[in-house]
Amino acid sequence: MSKPPLALAAENLARGYGDRWALSGLNLQLAAGRSLLLAGPNGAGKTTLLRLLATTLRPNEGRLEVFGIDPIKSPMAARRHIALLSHRTQLYTELTAAENLSVAANLLGLARNPQRVPELLQRVGLEGRGDDRVRTYSAGMRKRLAFARLLLQDPKIVLLDEPYGQLDPSGFAFVDDLIEQFIAEGRTLVLSTHLLERASPLLRSGLILAAGRMAWVGAADDLPQAFSERFNA
Amino acid sequence: MSSGFHKEHLIGALGLALLSYGTWMALFVVPPMSHFQEVGRIFFLHVPTAWNSLLVLTGAFVIAIGALINRKRGWDAALEATVEVGVLYTALLLIQGTIWARPTFNTWWTWDPRLLTAAILLVAFAGVLSLRSFAEGRDRRLVWTAAATIVAYVDVPIVYFIVKWLPRGIHQPHSFPSTVSPDYHIALRCNAFALLFIAIWLIARRTRLTLLRDAGTAMAPAAEQGADGSAMLAGVDG
Amino acid sequence: MNPVLRQGLAVLSKDMLLDLRGRSRISAVLFFAVMTLLLFSFAAEPDPESMRRHAAGYLWLALLLSSILALGESFRSEVEDEALEGLRLLPVDPRALFYGKALSNTLFLLVLAVVLLPLALGLYAVEVRGSMTHLAGFIVLGSAGLAAPGSLYAAMTSRARGQDVLLPLLLFPLVVPVLIACVKGTGLCFSGDAMGQSSSLLSVVGAFDLVYWSVCGLLFGRVIDE
Repeated sequence: MSKPPLALAAENLARGYGDRWALSGLNLQLAAGRSLLLAGPNGAGKTTLLRLLATTLRPNEGRLEVFGIDPIKSPMAARRHIALLSHRTQLYTELTAAENLSVAANLLGLARNPQRVPELLQRVGLEGRGDDRVRTYSAGMRKRLAFARLLLQDPKIVLLDEPYGQLDPSGFAFVDDLIEQFIAEGRTLVLSTHLLERASPLLRSGLILAAGRMAWVGAADDLPQAFSERFNA
Repeated sequence: MSSGFHKEHLIGALGLALLSYGTWMALFVVPPMSHFQEVGRIFFLHVPTAWNSLLVLTGAFVIAIGALINRKRGWDAALEATVEVGVLYTALLLIQGTIWARPTFNTWWTWDPRLLTAAILLVAFAGVLSLRSFAEGRDRRLVWTAAATIVAYVDVPIVYFIVKWLPRGIHQPHSFPSTVSPDYHIALRCNAFALLFIAIWLIARRTRLTLLRDAGTAMAPAAEQGADGSAMLAGVDG
Repeated sequence: MNPVLRQGLAVLSKDMLLDLRGRSRISAVLFFAVMTLLLFSFAAEPDPESMRRHAAGYLWLALLLSSILALGESFRSEVEDEALEGLRLLPVDPRALFYGKALSNTLFLLVLAVVLLPLALGLYAVEVRGSMTHLAGFIVLGSAGLAAPGSLYAAMTSRARGQDVLLPLLLFPLVVPVLIACVKGTGLCFSGDAMGQSSSLLSVVGAFDLVYWSVCGLLFGRVIDE
């Protein structure tokens, strides 16, 4: 009986910009349904790692596999399983929120369902604002819309890059909610944040990056302590 | 830093030797032909330059395709070198053409298919080189250079063909008298190979220089060792 | 329906929607095109015969110059917030991304051409003595010929620092065949095509379009990779 493939398997992953290595020597094995808290000071390489895992970036060295698929050979097959909530909203500001979502739904090949967009908007707390152009949205609202689009993709692997960013306290609860939902649904989750005390109880494993290198691995519960020991700010 | 003798110098030396011989033949041995003035002897450099510039650009095209399939750094260096030499030869071609045209036809420039094609090629491939300085990141530079080279090269036959539609130019038609001394062919072929070898030499030197200059960027440092000496692995704890 | 085709049509409708929303940008490009046409008539000798002879040239030059603006704009919204990246990760096949964008750019250029043509006819006092179908052919095939490599290069240069200079530098030498063939062909449609040359010119542009729509479609995915 063969083991099911790991959701994410990375070996010696490295990515550089010019003469600098933004990330190097990254090893990761995340089984399906497990979660990983990603921490580190600014510039440590967290965003680079998430973009590599999302297959947005090609690694300069090392290998990555998504459910056993090589994203360089079969990018479309690999990307079907992944969704990334990134720093940049990846939205069309000239279109309305509803239009952004229906364009995505259309491209995903989802069957036409007039209820889908209103339900999604409600889920992320944007009901009634669907017909406003994204240009008029605040940063927090754009984040919520980005979450809506992520939900649309129904991904097996969820990658969140600073999901709490730009949100107010009610927004924090909203994100906690979603994280718990993702985990309950059995999705694989990698989350990078500065709010370590908040996120660590929700997640299972932890990784601290510093200057593009792995600095510490362990259980997520132990991460805040390990972090303050290293970066006693 | 390698200090050994690089083989390409042999080819370069051979090229220069052939060029000297071919040029000597062109200047002193080939009997004058009826419709050429003395300056027409530049023909023996001009035609081989034309052949070789097209050949080198074709080489760039092939390397570009290879570079897209196999993204190793060596391909980027070779591609850049080949395009540069291609641009050099095309520029030389245009300069030679001007040198010939002025005393022969009393004009610096003419709307002639071959000259026009060369001018467009020069700008197109100079643009490809220009693109390189705006591309951030090694990988992107390689992909963009390769893509732009492919796109520019595929245009060459189309450009040449369409430019022939313009009013007929004053370029010499390829109708030379059949009874021509064998020295004529020897001089042409000699210079053709000479320029080819020189091109190979230049490309090899440039590639080598680029690779040397970039050799400082070593491989990424390997994975960290954990407390027990084995490589660190994320995602398995908790 | 073939998934790439379906996605391509979805991308096309997204782009057309974006174009509609960006009405102010469209009118700006239109005014620029009209202004260019006027500038040519100011700069040239006021001799009606010479104007008539060069009308086709001025028309296509105006179209070419404004296409640079239009093409550059077409990727601005994609790159501002990394929207194109977001689409790529849905995942959307990069060929669909390319053909959708190239088609919407072709349509935009067609709109430009349709506005400029009667203006040119009026300004330079020309009539269409030759075939209207051939004229339409040159306009459609010429726009498509500009749009395909233009979209590829616009995607590249939108991420480069020197976009405003790079895009014309890269595109202009490339589209010389289209320019020459369409100017000559359009001129023949104006003056009357006594020797029936316009069909061969149309096939040259057609061949160019065929080659470039395939080559650029193949290259697009690599070019937008990081």
